[in-house]
Amino acid sequence: MQEYWKKNIRKVLTLLAIWFTVSYGFGILFVEQLNAIQIGGFKLGFWFAQQGAIYTFVALIWVYIYQMNKLDKEYDVNE
Amino acid sequence: MSILTWTYILVGITFSLYIGIAIWSRAGSTKDFYVAGGGVTPLANGLATAADWMSAASFISMAGLISFMGYDGSVFLMGWTGGYVLLALLLAPYLRKFGKFTVPDFIGDRYYSNTARTVAVVAALFVSFTYVAGQMRGVGVVFSRFLEVDINTGVYIGMAIVFFYAVLGGMKGITYTQVAQYCVLIFAFMVPAIFISIQMTGNPIPQLGFGGEYNGVPILEKLDGLHRELGFSEYTSGSKSMIDVFFITASLMVGTAGLPHVIVRFFTTPKVSGARKSAGWALLFIAILYTTAPAIAVFARVNLIETISEQPRESLPEWVDNWEETGLLAWEDKNGDGIVQYVADAEQNEFTVDRDIMVLANPEIAGLPNWVVALIGAGGLAAALSTAAGLLLVISTSVSHDLLKKQIAPNISDKQELMWARIAAIIAVVVAGYFGINPPGFVASVVALSFGLAAASFFPAILLGIFTKKMNKEGAISGMISGLLITIYYIARFKLHWIGDDATSGPDHWWFGISPEGFGTIGMIVNFIVAFTVSKFTPETPQEVQELVETIRIPSGAGEASAH
Repeated sequence: MQEYWKKNIRKVLTLLAIWFTVSYGFGILFVEQLNAIQIGGFKLGFWFAQQGAIYTFVALIWVYIYQMNKLDKEYDVNE
Repeated sequence: MSILTWTYILVGITFSLYIGIAIWSRAGSTKDFYVAGGGVTPLANGLATAADWMSAASFISMAGLISFMGYDGSVFLMGWTGGYVLLALLLAPYLRKFGKFTVPDFIGDRYYSNTARTVAVVAALFVSFTYVAGQMRGVGVVFSRFLEVDINTGVYIGMAIVFFYAVLGGMKGITYTQVAQYCVLIFAFMVPAIFISIQMTGNPIPQLGFGGEYNGVPILEKLDGLHRELGFSEYTSGSKSMIDVFFITASLMVGTAGLPHVIVRFFTTPKVSGARKSAGWALLFIAILYTTAPAIAVFARVNLIETISEQPRESLPEWVDNWEETGLLAWEDKNGDGIVQYVADAEQNEFTVDRDIMVLANPEIAGLPNWVVALIGAGGLAAALSTAAGLLLVISTSVSHDLLKKQIAPNISDKQELMWARIAAIIAVVVAGYFGINPPGFVASVVALSFGLAAASFFPAILLGIFTKKMNKEGAISGMISGLLITIYYIARFKLHWIGDDATSGPDHWWFGISPEGFGTIGMIVNFIVAFTVSKFTPETPQEVQELVETIRIPSGAGEASAH
């Protein structure tokens, strides 16, 4: 069970690292640098702050659901 | 048919639907009342959570706020969605496994202390009451604008409806009504957005039209240009400092993850995996509105500037007259030339607009059919009522379960507890209605206050309760209290100006340049530091509590939500 918990923590930390990078990183801290890049009608930093970060959040939760269901099965702790 | 007739028809249909659902889903036990019997499917729970979460502010005010804030408005977009990642990954599955009814339940049991439980109850009541006052006001405002009744009458009608399904059905009634309310509000939000996106950029998907072209120029570039001409700061750059944007976003995210009325929704699923899945659905449904809102903000802003700037007042369209009558829009011809000067400089600016107009009047500005305009009224009511109901449930549960059953009168039967839950809900509706009719002065600061307090109290306490076994009651209690106190102090000092010298309360004196809206993040950090320090010098957590923490970390065996 210790192992299950450790793997769980590792997965959560990886996902949270992505969560932090797209929102605080791309959307806030490096927004000006990214705004120099123009994609379609958007400045990239602005796009991350008002669109991209939100799409990533949704994807992160669904990846988490998928990974945890797999991990639960592996350690036979699913319901 | 006129807008008014359409509004009566749409509001009438949706309200009958809500009442019908309330009668069908009456609660028979406290478990029904508190957690809808623990039998809500993840998809339904996701829909309900989305409606619960998206309030009158999300529906009516947010797009308008962003429209005037530009890039700075990203704090709401990221802050109010990113919190769900924290909820899904760090809190929801474990709280579901714990399997009780309320947030104070978890705090009280995990920290083996009724003091901890009481601190949590007080914080939950405070957060929920400040929040619900704004919702009832929102109901009143929508009624007065769309159905042409008095604001107070609007609040009474709203109270009656919420009373009906929250008191009768508890969580069960609320959940299924919220599912219907989500459908109403998202339809009402998306239809005008799609129409306007097609009109302005030719693209039916607002999220793409946002990056599309308007008269041959990317619409965002066009808007940046208009802003520069009029002296506003560039739309895509904003004017807040980076540190402030960072802290406000963090405070809203952590606050979202710590709001009791959102957390309790995850107690209603049958399984732990269902709690995770609910969060996934909920954020997906929320994201539909939250990625559309910034597009509407840009369309509305361009539309507004192009329509009014440097135009003779005489030639402006009819909606300007209509909204001028409501006082939400005003023109003062300072230089007497009969032409509207809308500029950043306050001395020369002649035109003021209430930000709520951006969503409320958007369909009229774009010249959409009457039934679309009427939809906004029904959607705004769905958004405000669903959130109000969720909050009222937290309030009534805090009283009947956390205070009465768990502390004052542990021997009452399930039937009696259910009766008390209903009585508490009735009282809560009346108090919320009172605040809706006589809004306290601090309603404007509701956002800063409730999110800051949730961030500074619940989030750290729950997180530490799950992820560290060593955190003891002394640490958790002192952490929550110090987080709450410092946040309240900062908001009272710099937002409400209740204490301290006015001369030193301006933005120049903010600590580290952080505005009161972002201070919840500091409150949270203080909570963590105090909790860790105190726990180092106080007795260790008892063995049985450490075992409890072990069990909530593993999904299997959640089954039924355990009884008291």
